[in-house]
Amino acid sequence: MDKMPAWADAVLVPLISILLAAVLSALVILAIGENPVDAFKLMVEGALMRSAGWGYTLYYTTNFIFTGLCVAVAFHAKMFNIGGEGQAMIGGLGVALVCLFIPFPHWSIALLVATLAAGAFGALWALIPAYLQATRGSHIVITTIMFNFIAAAVLNYVLVNVLRPQGAMDPATAKFPEATQLPTFQDLFATAENPLFRGSPANVTFFLAVLACVAFWFLMWRTKLGYEIRAFGHSESAARYAGISPVRITVVAMLISGGLAGMMALNTTMGEAERLVMNATEGAGFIGIAVALMGRSHPVGIFLAALLFGFLYQGGAELALWTNIPRELITVIQALVILFTGALDNMVRMPLERIFMATRRRNG
Amino acid sequence: MTAPAIELQGISKAFGPVQANKDISIRVMPGTIHGIIGENGAGKSTLMSILYGFYKADAGEIFINGQRTEISDSQAAISAGIGMVFQHFKLVQNFTVLENVILGAEDGPMLNASLARARGVLRQLSEEYELSVDPDQLIENLSVGHQQRVEILKALYRQADILILDEPTGVLTPAEADHLFRILDNLRAEGKTIILITHKLREIMEITDTVSVMRRGQMTATVKTRETSPEELAELMVGRKVLLRVDKAPAEIGAPVLQVEGLRHVDSHGVERLKGVSLEVRAGEILGIAGVAGNGQSELLEVLGGYADATGRVLVNGSEIDLTGAKSDGQSRRARGIAHVPEDRQTEGLIMAYTAWENIVFGYHRDPRYQSGMLMNNALIREEAQDKMTRYDVRPPNPQLAARNFSGGNQQKIVLAREIERDPDILLIGQPTRGVDIGAIEFIHQEIVRLRDKGKAILLVSVELDEILSLSDRIAVMFDGQIMGERLPAETDQTELGLLMAGVTERPDKPLIEAVDASLHEKEAREAEQHD
Repeated sequence: MDKMPAWADAVLVPLISILLAAVLSALVILAIGENPVDAFKLMVEGALMRSAGWGYTLYYTTNFIFTGLCVAVAFHAKMFNIGGEGQAMIGGLGVALVCLFIPFPHWSIALLVATLAAGAFGALWALIPAYLQATRGSHIVITTIMFNFIAAAVLNYVLVNVLRPQGAMDPATAKFPEATQLPTFQDLFATAENPLFRGSPANVTFFLAVLACVAFWFLMWRTKLGYEIRAFGHSESAARYAGISPVRITVVAMLISGGLAGMMALNTTMGEAERLVMNATEGAGFIGIAVALMGRSHPVGIFLAALLFGFLYQGGAELALWTNIPRELITVIQALVILFTGALDNMVRMPLERIFMATRRRNG
Repeated sequence: MTAPAIELQGISKAFGPVQANKDISIRVMPGTIHGIIGENGAGKSTLMSILYGFYKADAGEIFINGQRTEISDSQAAISAGIGMVFQHFKLVQNFTVLENVILGAEDGPMLNASLARARGVLRQLSEEYELSVDPDQLIENLSVGHQQRVEILKALYRQADILILDEPTGVLTPAEADHLFRILDNLRAEGKTIILITHKLREIMEITDTVSVMRRGQMTATVKTRETSPEELAELMVGRKVLLRVDKAPAEIGAPVLQVEGLRHVDSHGVERLKGVSLEVRAGEILGIAGVAGNGQSELLEVLGGYADATGRVLVNGSEIDLTGAKSDGQSRRARGIAHVPEDRQTEGLIMAYTAWENIVFGYHRDPRYQSGMLMNNALIREEAQDKMTRYDVRPPNPQLAARNFSGGNQQKIVLAREIERDPDILLIGQPTRGVDIGAIEFIHQEIVRLRDKGKAILLVSVELDEILSLSDRIAVMFDGQIMGERLPAETDQTELGLLMAGVTERPDKPLIEAVDASLHEKEAREAEQHD
């Protein structure tokens, strides 16, 4: 007998977790002498009440959807891919290479090719840890963390020594050609009388991210491969019995995972900076873990969780800009949300389960 | 009139919505063996866990020797004179027998004095009750039967007057089980009180004085053993009349379908688990593999099922199959007409989190008929699942329910429906009725016989000797990774098979248990050597 209905597991648990995180955050803000209600109002206003705010929120959301899906694929195969950060960095390298060296006639073709490149580079970066896990048993948590550092070092080397334009002081590539620059929401939706999304970085990759959510659902719940990945994740011994190769599933799941992380670079590199810079990922690879946990590794959940974290990022930036609340405290608030939705999940879940079982007993 | 050694009054315990024990009252007189019988999930183990202080009852009272006693933890149970021998032993593998016996019952901070005292007590106990074990041997070098004796000694060392044994014969050869019963007999003669939890009717009839039957958390009856019969007990357990014998016509045996020659398998610890197994299963016959758990039967099924590598030769319908490499997996085995109902449905046969309909194609999910383009044809699979579940009487017949929400018997029916309905040439089936309620056992046995009568070859592995004897057309006995011999069911008996199961091939002139012990001891020594 399941302990509580699916809706409670999917909606109620994360909702209560967020509420608890919010209460604790309010106490922290109160403790440094600021007004939490005002702070919250400011966050909402800055992130959600203006179209430019939405432009930022959705920009961050796009990043988190990709990295959230990346972690979720691995979760379904019972692996913990902490390497989204590194895979996204290397994915960015792929984007930069095709954008810089292939003369594209139109952004749509550029986006298509860059998507393939980003996916392939990210997947390749995940391949080595995956192969080591599958055949040598090297734990994927350890290897992917190490590969984050290697990715940063590789990127550093390439940007400083190879791709940096002559005479530039900045460890970054040259600006991408005009034809590869993706239309932003401003380009798409703003009109002369209604200047929407002004100056905000959200761009067409957001739709790509939404598409990725849909594709993820089909892959996981409608295809043979998804069936096998989930079966392997639930029980390796049963998968072996059924003739599902652990090596194959480990490698394939990690390739998909790395590919999704790589695609995040489309948003930051092609969509926003329009060149490859050192720290383009800004920790989104790690936020992906929280997003996947909170979203229960389901695309709808991941979309909503990514939206929440997008709001926290943008709202947090507003707070830092307009109040005396230091930037570090924004990180604390984000950390609290991660703590409650991820690590302390059982703290909310178990009492809730008990309540549901008690009511069921009374009714039955 | 003497007070009962144990009296439980109105014990109730619920886990969430599940009422595991409901208003249970029972009286066990001192110096008797009291059997508790019931199907899996009937609440036997919960009741004993309450008596041993693992769970706290929601309601009810416990009286020990007429005194109302509060048993809040196992320490309290021990000081009330209760000892428990668990199904899965609680022993420290790399400690000696002596060290295990005093563990938690040391006299003081220095061990030597305790060890010396324990040595004396142990010597005395083993003489008194035929409980001989070498006190200086490491647990890991002991056979399962001897490890169980250590558990009993542990309880007696703690001066238990009441001994609870939970499914004690599950892992024993028949000779060891007989010896255990003699030990219990001796203990009873000395005035100890014993509660024996089992699902085996034969054991109840053999050793107990009284027997209580549990069904769905309730105590349905307590009867004097000599005034009842296995049939009556089965009926009390299930709630309806059950057929204890398997109805089957003589086998019509055809050509060999599965031929195994010189099969060898080494496990990940470097221990050789199959040491040259050869056997043959013919069309229309059930070959039963008898043996105590852990003698290579599981590995035999894994190798034949395609998920363990091996050397040797296996022929299916006359042509050889790969035993290693890419063409040796569950998929290629199924393609060759080998279906497999694995020993452990929860970790192998089913994905417990998957719905019944997802499970009903598990292993066959790559079949082109379940695909439509790039996607799986889930509508068709659900339809098939509904149909199979109805035909195999899976309850509830709801394909949307996750596998873990079905009872053991119904889970097994889902696996059987999946494997048998594929119309395989060969069916490998391990422990078909483990953890399955009696009602479902009848059904499962009938399905196996029905498949045989369709001219299929069936390899049956079971640790239940009764099951092997009643289902098989031919019996091979496995011990220590080898086939010790083959017998026809009509021409053999429990004793002969029991000796083969312990690796004794000729009737010894010394007492059986000694021959069995010696053989098992040799096996442990061989294994320990290989392990290093």
